[in-house]
Amino acid sequence: MRHLISINDLDREDITYILKRAEEFEDVARGERSLKILEGKILGNLFFEPSTRTRMSFEVAMKRLGGDVVNMTAQEASSIAKGETLADTVRVVSGYCDAIVIRHPLEGAARFAAENSSVPVINAGDGAGQHPTQTLLDLYTIKKECGKLDGITIALVGDLKYSRTIHSLIKALTLFETKIYLVSPDALALPDEMLEEIGGDVSRARLDEVIEEVDVLYVTRIQKERFPDEEEYRKVSGSYRITLNTIKNAKDSMIIMHPLPRVDEVDPAVDKTRHAKYFQQAFYGVPVRMAILSEVML
Amino acid sequence: MKELVVSKIKDGTVIDHINAGRAPLVLKILGIDVGTDLTVSMAMNVSSSKMGKKDIVKVEGMYISEEKLSKIALISPNATINLIRNYEIERKFKVNPPEVVEEVLKCPNPMCVSNAEREPVRSIFYVKIEENEVSARCHYCGRKIKDLANYIS
Ligand SMILES: Nc1ncnc2c1ncn2[C@@H]1O[C@H](COP(=O)(O)OP(=O)(O)OP(=O)(O)O)[C@@H](O)[C@H]1O
Ligand SMILES: [Mg+2]
Ligand SMILES: [Zn+2]
Repeated sequence: MRHLISINDLDREDITYILKRAEEFEDVARGERSLKILEGKILGNLFFEPSTRTRMSFEVAMKRLGGDVVNMTAQEASSIAKGETLADTVRVVSGYCDAIVIRHPLEGAARFAAENSSVPVINAGDGAGQHPTQTLLDLYTIKKECGKLDGITIALVGDLKYSRTIHSLIKALTLFETKIYLVSPDALALPDEMLEEIGGDVSRARLDEVIEEVDVLYVTRIQKERFPDEEEYRKVSGSYRITLNTIKNAKDSMIIMHPLPRVDEVDPAVDKTRHAKYFQQAFYGVPVRMAILSEVML
Repeated sequence: MKELVVSKIKDGTVIDHINAGRAPLVLKILGIDVGTDLTVSMAMNVSSSKMGKKDIVKVEGMYISEEKLSKIALISPNATINLIRNYEIERKFKVNPPEVVEEVLKCPNPMCVSNAEREPVRSIFYVKIEENEVSARCHYCGRKIKDLANYIS
């Protein structure tokens, strides 16, 4: 049985394969072609933490492929949590459906769920741990919008310390021949031990030094909670905000990505430029999740 | 003539060259605790030509399994095992850490599922030796730990 727990469980070949499959599903994801390959299959959504985008896009992916979805919401989860173990919940729900999507606040929860499940488990975020479907849709976006993964130059901007999205993405990017710039305030820099662990062409930089060179600007949210006081937060987040001015020297083909939701890391004025790809990126979550669902269930 | 810090045993297991101060942890790893009825002796901080100071544990009447002994390598990579039969050393070998250890180490990450109180979850770590240093990575959360003696559960 195949689970999808961590991006680290996948090699370059696996990733390339999933991205290729996703491409075949794109018109189905848009509703332009009907393909009911998951008819009769039921997906169980186990969200122990709130999520809109991830949960909805899994649901859409499943339904576009003719399948059905049962949901357990965060609210229901919290009442279950008081009485029942995660192991038992998973044992029960895996008897109801053909695959499980799980989001849980504890790191390693998805792997533990997989060990207790009789059906494939897909990790949709385990606390500060992994969120592999996000990484796959990020890679898919780069591949689609830049035409390739090997040979791209990418700047990762914002909270590089706590963002699990960034940590998984860096690991996956280093499986390809990519050049990575890390752009963040000192307080939110990628931890040194992580920098040591990852091989590849990775270096810290200032955005104005590299903006002309990058193919992708990947922006993440800087969270207020990470700062001792409001003023410090405002100062830092202000200086990492992407505006028309920040990107004035960028290549025409440069794309801006963001895992969303954004607060004010990207000025809405940027939305109208050809660079803005974050909404497209969110859509790509559907064909990528279709590829994953069909892979684990068929 | 060699001096024996503790008396000779007829049959059993002698664990020698334990890192100084870690004999109690070795007993813990072997599951020998307060309730045991085995005859066990332990010497701590005895001087050693090889290690400066070392600890020794002797367990009478029992040959401890290699699987159990291998766990000792997590905290004392230089330990040697001497299996004693009829007062003589029948076999002497060095401990080798296992590649995977279950239920020995406790993950320091409070948000790790392996620390969830009511879940039927076992701690699992993958052990690695680099340049004579033993480290381990949690199967669930991926946290890497060094100085494993601090994480014996
Ligand atoms: N019958 C016995 N009862 C208790 N302890 C014993 C017995 N025979 C040997 N030992 C202990 O086992 C350990 C190894 O003994 P050995 O005679 O091989 O010493 P050694 O030559 O210093 O070996 P090594 O190179 O392993 O240090 C010593 O700590 C010794 O005290
Ligand atoms: Mg000796
Ligand atoms: Zn852990």
